[in-house]
Amino acid sequence: MAGGATIELVGLTKRFSGARGGVAALRSVSARIEPGRITGLVGSDGAGKTTLMRVIAGLMAADEGEVRVENAAEVGYMPQSFATYEDLTVADNLALYADLEGVAGAARRARLDELLAFTGLGPFQARLAGRLSGGMRQKLALACALMRPPDALLLDEPSVGVDPLSRRELWEIVSGLAAKGALVLWSTAYLDEAERCAAVLVLHQGRLVYAGPPGSFTGPLAGRTFALYAPAASLRAVQRRAGVQPGIVDAVRRERALRLVVAEGPAPKLADLLAEDERAGAALEPVRPTFEDALVAALRSTAEPSPTPLLAAPAPIADLDRPTARPVEVANLTRRFDSFVAVDSVSFAVERGEIFGLLGPNGAGKSTIFKVLCGLLPPSGGTALIAGIDLSRARAAARERIGYMSQRFSLYGELSVGQNLAFFAGVYGLSGRRKRERIAAVSAEFGLRALEDERAGALPLGHRQRLALAAALLHEPAILFLDEPTSGVDPVTRREFWLRINALAEAGVTVMVSTHFLEEAEYCDRLAILYEGRLIALGSAADLKRAHAPPGTTAPPGIEDAFIALIRAQARAAA
Amino acid sequence: MTAPPAREARLAGLRRLRGLMRKEAVQIVRDPSSIIIAFVLPALLLFLFGFAVTLDARNLGVAVVVESPTEETASFTAFFQGSGYFAPRFYTERKPAEAALLRGEVQGVVVLAQAFPEALAREGGAAIQVIADGTDANTGNLFLGYVNNVWRDWLAYRALAGAGGAAEPVRAEPRIWFNPEVESHHFLVPGLLAIIMTITGALLTALLVAREYDRGTIEGLLATRARIGEILIGKLVPTFLLGMGGVAVNTAMAVWLFGVPFRGSFWVLAGASALFMAAALGMGLLISTLAKNQFVAGQVTIMVGFMPAFLLSDFVFNLAGTPGWVQAISYAIAARYFIAILKTVFLAGDVWAVILPNSLALFAMAAVLLALARALTRRRLE
Repeated sequence: MAGGATIELVGLTKRFSGARGGVAALRSVSARIEPGRITGLVGSDGAGKTTLMRVIAGLMAADEGEVRVENAAEVGYMPQSFATYEDLTVADNLALYADLEGVAGAARRARLDELLAFTGLGPFQARLAGRLSGGMRQKLALACALMRPPDALLLDEPSVGVDPLSRRELWEIVSGLAAKGALVLWSTAYLDEAERCAAVLVLHQGRLVYAGPPGSFTGPLAGRTFALYAPAASLRAVQRRAGVQPGIVDAVRRERALRLVVAEGPAPKLADLLAEDERAGAALEPVRPTFEDALVAALRSTAEPSPTPLLAAPAPIADLDRPTARPVEVANLTRRFDSFVAVDSVSFAVERGEIFGLLGPNGAGKSTIFKVLCGLLPPSGGTALIAGIDLSRARAAARERIGYMSQRFSLYGELSVGQNLAFFAGVYGLSGRRKRERIAAVSAEFGLRALEDERAGALPLGHRQRLALAAALLHEPAILFLDEPTSGVDPVTRREFWLRINALAEAGVTVMVSTHFLEEAEYCDRLAILYEGRLIALGSAADLKRAHAPPGTTAPPGIEDAFIALIRAQARAAA
Repeated sequence: MTAPPAREARLAGLRRLRGLMRKEAVQIVRDPSSIIIAFVLPALLLFLFGFAVTLDARNLGVAVVVESPTEETASFTAFFQGSGYFAPRFYTERKPAEAALLRGEVQGVVVLAQAFPEALAREGGAAIQVIADGTDANTGNLFLGYVNNVWRDWLAYRALAGAGGAAEPVRAEPRIWFNPEVESHHFLVPGLLAIIMTITGALLTALLVAREYDRGTIEGLLATRARIGEILIGKLVPTFLLGMGGVAVNTAMAVWLFGVPFRGSFWVLAGASALFMAAALGMGLLISTLAKNQFVAGQVTIMVGFMPAFLLSDFVFNLAGTPGWVQAISYAIAARYFIAILKTVFLAGDVWAVILPNSLALFAMAAVLLALARALTRRRLE
């Protein structure tokens, strides 16, 4: 190989026609992608990652600029979301791609065996692709894209819908290819993946925000990141002030401390941050900047300020009529579908004002528990109490206390913001004066007044999310269910969202979160880790990390490490 | 290098095509919905049209008013009862008969007035009054026609019996060719083949292609070496075979289950079906290429494929009676040409004067639709 493959992007611009003069998915993106390493294409949903991948793969034409591919005879492309045929078996899918890529003769069997061994799919050849787990399906898609050993490999969000263990395996497979000299472009919304790449291209709203090694992205933040230790109440006060306080770029809760990113200049002192009466026992320590810190700093410098200042103090919540009962109490909950046990004797209780997370890969039973708690599915065994009310006896009464926000927001895209709110208010049984008052209240609280006449479908993701949350809170529920509320959302929008959730929790709303997205788990007070229908661990993120950190690690363990250690321990116990 | 590059490339192309067709075949076999569309839906339609829907009138309710019964009127009413078309009720006054018509219990009223027996004997002849319910024009017309037949038959009988009087000097002797029993099944069932093939051909293709876009699998295909033409042919060949299988099953049902005569040759039917199938596939491909979404593709196929084939093809509704512009539109509908061939092949035999021009029209439509679909399918995802 005379020099590895390189891809050069020169002033790529791509517009999509549509409402209001169309949207620019890419705005003059220029970069050079080098061989022999994994280059991360980092950005939130709607940042332009998929468009860029498709333009490079030749599946879309750019409006301006060009893509120069050099020394790459074979370009492998793996589209997003399992583009394999679910009604074909693993072997059928591979045979199809072998035919299409012209892998024939003696080389064919050898290559197929190699790919099967490589991806660990050997024992599952006769299984339909639709019956594979997310991780295995993604490995199959990867094997199809690798049919001819590529010089350049384009992977569009390969780790979405994949459990953490398979995610690591996938990463290792691809790292092996890069080590042999291939060019790899791996797009992701996960920042921990971005940090592991040798180089990253960070996209935000179609613009290239940063290109280079992830380490250098955090460079300008040296000496600007701190952990503030103080009593919880003071931390909250600082966090609330952060949006308006000059000199603070970012403030986010991490376990018992507040992570701060400050503006350039002299290091801050406790006195700048805390009032005199808050300083007792407080400490400020410098910490290593993370990729996320750098991204937030970069986005805050370009983005328009948050459209509404967050509430100074949360309004008290109305539904306090049963102060004794726990908001959510689940005892030996079991749910079977025919012979399949989706939830296996799960027990936990959630306190008022707590943010409680159900964490686990797809198929672990999170959604089933959610559905039982929302009264959409009856349990097969055990009990589920909402505010002390048995769901199997008084479902309607229990439902009145529940607000639900689904992952895809379930808004009506064709209706305006105001019409959506009016509709959901009606659905929740509000009418007359109370309906008007509640709509006015949430509109003010969530900064939706200016957007009242906008079509919900045309709003950016962050605004849609705010509208969905506002709609779920119209009837002042005591318990709020959130289904992967911030997966794929950029970190600035995610922070804004969780600040609101924290404010609600402080006001006494109990928040249940279901997620497979480990970054979201960090925002929960306590986590229940689910795996194959069983609850395998319960505790705060900090406790879980400490208790299940893999031995011999030096870096501070993440929740993902704890999670993987737990799953491995389970697998060993089962074997 | 053992093979020259051109041959090598052709071989690789064939291998890709084989891989795509095999994949499609496996998907069709595994997916119950395509089997349902190809076999169950057509069979259901065939049963519905074969057994339930009939354009023949049998046992029409009729109120016969005989104001002054005589031997003559008795002989006339006996003809009514014996005709098989009618289920007569007898009255002696108009009022209750008209009330029965208003209530919808009978489709029409036949009145033999007080003066009928005398008039019969007179020079110039007698008249009967016929009132038909025109709310359903088709049945109303049938009713009038049948009454006329009975009337004429009776007059003929009287003339033969030597009663004299109103015997007509010249008599029209109606004779119906090709379908002597005027069995509507005999033209409905062959016509149905065209409708069924529009469903299997156009709908199935539209859904199968749109599904690739819906599930995102097209992106993977386009990123391989496969050419657009190969991807399209890989889709068309299995659906074509499936559709032809449907034709075979339905023809067999038509002939053996519904007793439709088959007077032409098998090869003409097969050839014409293949041409029509190609046109239907072309339409399905065109729709799905433009719609790229299973739901929309299905709706559009029903609207522009199924409905016109049903309404404007001379299948049930006679085109000869429609305004000129409707007839003009009907020339753009492939089913029209195919139904002309089908009716000929089933009921008349190989009449080449009908088969050749219609086949030519089908060939032209198939070529245009397929070429258009090919030209509009892009290698890009935009």
